[in-house]
Amino acid sequence: MARIGVFICHCGENISATVDCGKVCEAASKLKHVAYATEYKYMCSDPGQSLVKNAIIEHKLTGVVVSACSPRMHEPTFRKATAEGGLNPFLCEMANLREHCSWVHEKGEATTEKAIDIVRTLVEKVKRNAALQPIRVPVTKAALVIGGGIAGIQAALDIANCGHKVIMVERSPSIGGHMSQLSETFPTLDCSQCILTPRMVEVLQHPNITLYSYAEVEQLDGFIGNFVAKIRKKAKSLDEKACTGCGLCITKCPQKKIPNEFEEGMGFRPAIYVPFPQAVPNRPVIDKANCTYYIKGKCKVCEIVCPTKAIRFDQEDEVIDVEVGAVVVATGFDIKRADFFPEYGYGKLKDVIDGLQFERLASASGPTNGEILRPSDGQKPKNIVFIACAGSRDPAKGIAYCSKICCMYTAKHAMLYKHKVHEGNAHVFYMDIRSAGKNYDEFVRRAIEEDHVNYIRGRVSTVYERDGKLIVKGVDTLLGAQPVEIVADMVVLATAGVANPGAEELAQRLHVSYDSHKFFAEAHPKLKPVETNTAGIFLAGACQNPKDIPDSVSQASGAAVKVAALFSQSELTREPLVAAVNRFGPPLYSTCVGCFMCQPVCPYQAIEREEIKSRDGKVIKSLAKINEGLCQGCGTCVALCRSKSIDLYGYTNEQVYTEVVALLNDY
Amino acid sequence: MKIGIYPGCSLEGSARDYNESVFALAKAFDIEPVQIPDWNCCGATAAHNLNKELSLALPARILALAEKHGVDEILVPCAACYSRLVVTKHELQKHPELKNRICEVIEMDYKGTSKIINVIEWIDKYIIPKLEEKVKKPFNYKVACYYGCLLVRPNKVLNYDRVEDPQTMDVVMSKIGATAIDFAFKTECCGAGLSISRTDIVSKLSGKIIEDAEHRGADAIIVACPMCHSNLDMRRPDINKYWNKEFNIPVIFVTQAIGLAVGLTPAQVGLKRHFVEVKIS
Repeated sequence: MARIGVFICHCGENISATVDCGKVCEAASKLKHVAYATEYKYMCSDPGQSLVKNAIIEHKLTGVVVSACSPRMHEPTFRKATAEGGLNPFLCEMANLREHCSWVHEKGEATTEKAIDIVRTLVEKVKRNAALQPIRVPVTKAALVIGGGIAGIQAALDIANCGHKVIMVERSPSIGGHMSQLSETFPTLDCSQCILTPRMVEVLQHPNITLYSYAEVEQLDGFIGNFVAKIRKKAKSLDEKACTGCGLCITKCPQKKIPNEFEEGMGFRPAIYVPFPQAVPNRPVIDKANCTYYIKGKCKVCEIVCPTKAIRFDQEDEVIDVEVGAVVVATGFDIKRADFFPEYGYGKLKDVIDGLQFERLASASGPTNGEILRPSDGQKPKNIVFIACAGSRDPAKGIAYCSKICCMYTAKHAMLYKHKVHEGNAHVFYMDIRSAGKNYDEFVRRAIEEDHVNYIRGRVSTVYERDGKLIVKGVDTLLGAQPVEIVADMVVLATAGVANPGAEELAQRLHVSYDSHKFFAEAHPKLKPVETNTAGIFLAGACQNPKDIPDSVSQASGAAVKVAALFSQSELTREPLVAAVNRFGPPLYSTCVGCFMCQPVCPYQAIEREEIKSRDGKVIKSLAKINEGLCQGCGTCVALCRSKSIDLYGYTNEQVYTEVVALLNDY
Repeated sequence: MKIGIYPGCSLEGSARDYNESVFALAKAFDIEPVQIPDWNCCGATAAHNLNKELSLALPARILALAEKHGVDEILVPCAACYSRLVVTKHELQKHPELKNRICEVIEMDYKGTSKIINVIEWIDKYIIPKLEEKVKKPFNYKVACYYGCLLVRPNKVLNYDRVEDPQTMDVVMSKIGATAIDFAFKTECCGAGLSISRTDIVSKLSGKIIEDAEHRGADAIIVACPMCHSNLDMRRPDINKYWNKEFNIPVIFVTQAIGLAVGLTPAQVGLKRHFVEVKIS
């Protein structure tokens, strides 16, 4: 005889403000097989959980229905409490009175009635719950870090320093990411390269880290603790062991006019190149799309000059499989470019540049050796205009969010300009100055007060060229919306931070969710900011949303701790909410007819073929069999099975049917 | 395909030159646009500043008339009329109840089946494909294409061209041999309806457009809106007085330029009606 306990939570006022919890409790206690019903203000708190535990013992309960919030929120909490009360944790069910009822309806009798209905269905369901045992799976104690920017570097080093193996995959020929392009960093104006390059070297030299540069993750299969990643190591056309990094090939390559990505198109590089002198690994790659030999079949100058004969024109991409237990996604971000700002002449007017281009101009290792010279004629700009929020916070442009880093780097740019061009004038057009962060606002004030940067609150409507000057038309909204016109020599746009090209495809390959802007989505905006919805895959840095260096580094360390915590266990337990094909004794064996329609629809490739053989080895029957290690319990196969031979533990057909009947029946 | 034309008030008054060039060009390409019978005012700026229902009912009646006469595509050469008609169609499509109400007001059926096209779209679709064989005198001039405000706005409703840096007219002009210069004032305001009440403002704003076009070495400003044309052309003496300069760059309708290129005479395309003398022919 079932003895069910019902525990109704007020969730502060979240539920009780619209649902009459007393009435729900009273109705619940009258339900058949309900042995105990009670209500409490915060059921998830310690006294609330004790209430559940004690009631199980005192009333000899056989099932528990906690009527509170979404199971996504607190099901683990109450399963644990149920287990502590001595019951199998899977005999606990959540009735969602918050998201499904109190939050979406107004106060009233009908709302309370609905709450009672929800409780009733779950009471009916829990009576049919089976005591399930968690599935135990081993953990591969190696982590895959995708992306070698500052976030990936930090995560990799932290995990490696915990004693675990790390495989880092970087798409470009060198690690370092956008940070390696920066000149100085806010709010301290310390040199970006000086703080980053030692960490890059550390990655290369760390005994626990294997670095695959010029490589991409093509596929990720498996599940938490047991992933298999397919990595494509793009052909560098180089024997890396033979190459000493002398750089002779780079200086001798006759093809020298390829726009340099690292210099944001403001310089050129040869076809065989390292992105920048401090690159890690400091070994060149051949850019096949631009190499004369690959295009015309002639040249091979690099091969001829190479003292160690390290050039390999016939090298092919290599695809390798690596086994890892956790993944940190740290693929970073990009900035909006090209045709997005016709009103500012970006892409058309040479002296209208973006923030990353300005970083290269200001960098000691940049195309101008750190001198601020405008791209069109190499002159020192006497008047420079910075436009903040170029694209950001502009729903008309489809980017409603704040890119977060621009206020700070624009202040930094203006400051760097003033430090390098003493007689020059710097103007900043802004909407609001968002400088929350340690020593951040002080930094902006310094730009305004000590370096006399002219901050104008207002938007710029247009930038156009006239006689070699750039006419910037804007408005000063603090001066009664006065139109402002500045004749500038150079304009720098703080263009919106956006997701990397290819972020969407990568997210799909990794099975992690992403938002409408193609940024990767965290599992919970507040309480699970580094986890994704896929267990075992974590986020670090600006692939989640635009972030500055301190935030990226903090998050990377957070992700590393999550990985280390996962690796601290010798095996993992998984919820046993998986599908299974029914099995009986001979001669039926199973109602499965072996049609295998379930196989192609399974998103996790969890369905295998099992053959039942007679003693003489003859196949009697072919059946579908579900690998419970791979099954994620989505239920697609259950819905598709024509003979109803598959059931999902925890959500059996019978349980779901009972719930529906309970809703329809008048009690 | 039955093509109708809605001339609006301008093309029968201050922009007769525009009207003449559209019809002359159509004839040269064997197209016969049918004027929508019994057409009325589109409401222009006045109606939508006073009464929303009226501002929708007036264009709705024009659209309903076009439907009644089996017109598939309505060519609307005036940018302001074009805007009013497209916006009305959009509003009535979005709000079925409003549509029913407007149908009651105009006492006509309206379904929204006729397509509304501006002059550039019309040229793109019917003139350009046959243009190459017909060009007799390539229009070898540097031109500043001036789009004004209503040809590409509001972008969300029109979904036509790039709103901040439109290109369609530049492309059309390049097809007859013209060089479209990079022009900063493509969509800046000409002063529009202030032409009558505040001629000084028109002089200032239109003057900026003319000054920039001249400064960049354009031989002509190309327009596709009667309002823009009258401000840049008819108001030239006021502009010159305001700026204390002698601007003499001509302002030519896109249809006039194409007409000249395919061998029509200046008189046929209405060039003699301009205030600023057009030395191009």
